[in-house]
Amino acid sequence: MSGTLPARLQEIVDEFAEVDRTERLDLLLDYSRSLRPLPARLEGVELERVPECQTPLFVQTEVEEGRVHLFFAAPDEAPTSKGFAAIIQSGLEGCSVDEILGTPSDFAAGMGLADVVSPLRMRSVGAILARVKRQLMTSDAPST
Amino acid sequence: MPLPSDSDAKLNAYAHPERLVTTDWLAEHLGEPNLVVIESDEDVLLYHTGHIPGAIKVDWQLDLNDATTRDYVSPEGFAEVCGNRGIGRDTTVVIYGDNFNWWAAYALWVFSLFGHQDVRLLDGGRAKWLAEGRPMTTDNPSLTPCDYPIVPRDDATIRAFKDDVLAHIGHGPLVDVRSPGEYSGELLHMPDYPQEGAQRGGHVPTARSVPWKRAANDDGSFKSADDLRAIYAEEQGLKAGDDVITYCRIGERSSHTWFVLTHLLGFEHVRNYDGSWVEWGNAVRVPIERPERPAS
Repeated sequence: MSGTLPARLQEIVDEFAEVDRTERLDLLLDYSRSLRPLPARLEGVELERVPECQTPLFVQTEVEEGRVHLFFAAPDEAPTSKGFAAIIQSGLEGCSVDEILGTPSDFAAGMGLADVVSPLRMRSVGAILARVKRQLMTSDAPST
Repeated sequence: MPLPSDSDAKLNAYAHPERLVTTDWLAEHLGEPNLVVIESDEDVLLYHTGHIPGAIKVDWQLDLNDATTRDYVSPEGFAEVCGNRGIGRDTTVVIYGDNFNWWAAYALWVFSLFGHQDVRLLDGGRAKWLAEGRPMTTDNPSLTPCDYPIVPRDDATIRAFKDDVLAHIGHGPLVDVRSPGEYSGELLHMPDYPQEGAQRGGHVPTARSVPWKRAANDDGSFKSADDLRAIYAEEQGLKAGDDVITYCRIGERSSHTWFVLTHLLGFEHVRNYDGSWVEWGNAVRVPIERPERPAS
């Protein structure tokens, strides 16, 4: 397991770590709103659910010319799950498979989010990343 | 001075109609002195995407649970949570939330552990308020902190612990309010899907399965008094004087059923086992029943 994070993900971690508690909550809300909607071709497709998120969150990975694309779907009533997914999407989009597999599952530990959303809820972040990695490892992801 | 009760006809058929308010009632009384409206959700950010005007947030994990021990906040902690939010001991508190009021019912139950006198649920919760197109805002409410007294938490009357449940087997009704798959134990055995918490699946021996959802309408409100009596009294044979213990996975869905039995049907001795399956399914040597196996 590599100790370094992909550059964009490291930027996001730092971004959260540098602000105070209230701003951190607002930042997570901003990320939540920034989650890209599913492309039309994936609508209605059955996606893998992340069961550790209490509210439904679905994940789909695709690899194109060695670069990973991440897609998530979550209802608007689940802004926390959407925020976590958006951090992973924004931080890892376009990375190589190896970069993502080498991303430590506890990457979010230094973000200071636990006191905003609770330590228990932070488990979802690792769970989402674990699903992404597993899809990439079991080559569920269509490779083109 | 507590606010008047809701005189709605559906509510008045319940045993304790003063524990519930309709969206109409809340819309009419919003902003009145001595009323504090609390939103309590599963999703900790949901409040911040929009809430009922003037409502404040209470989060079950950050505010009501102790940060270290698996327990509720201390009397001092509870006094701080309330005082900081402008809740006094005689304030009328109305709680609503997402997901069929699970966490709202849970918060109401925790307020009841501390004996807060006037605490009510909004029938239908957040979903019904939204569905009716009522106003929401992202404005932060202005709060005037006040003093909330330090009152002891009563863990005996409406709260059950593992040993209470153990002693209850064969002596009183246990109500498992989880989904049928959780009750039968099969949900713990899906390959590669580590479900939250439990090492073992199944249910407490003798517990009957009455999923919490049976008490709710699709719009999030509670079923009518007659419908509830048909389920819990006629079908399940539970009586108002019975010593009942409810449980689920971590105690939130069973707070919903606790509320139904206690306040809507008027049962006098209902306890919620908040340790629930996350404790029972991990505890060493407690008996577990599974449909395909005899009780161990």
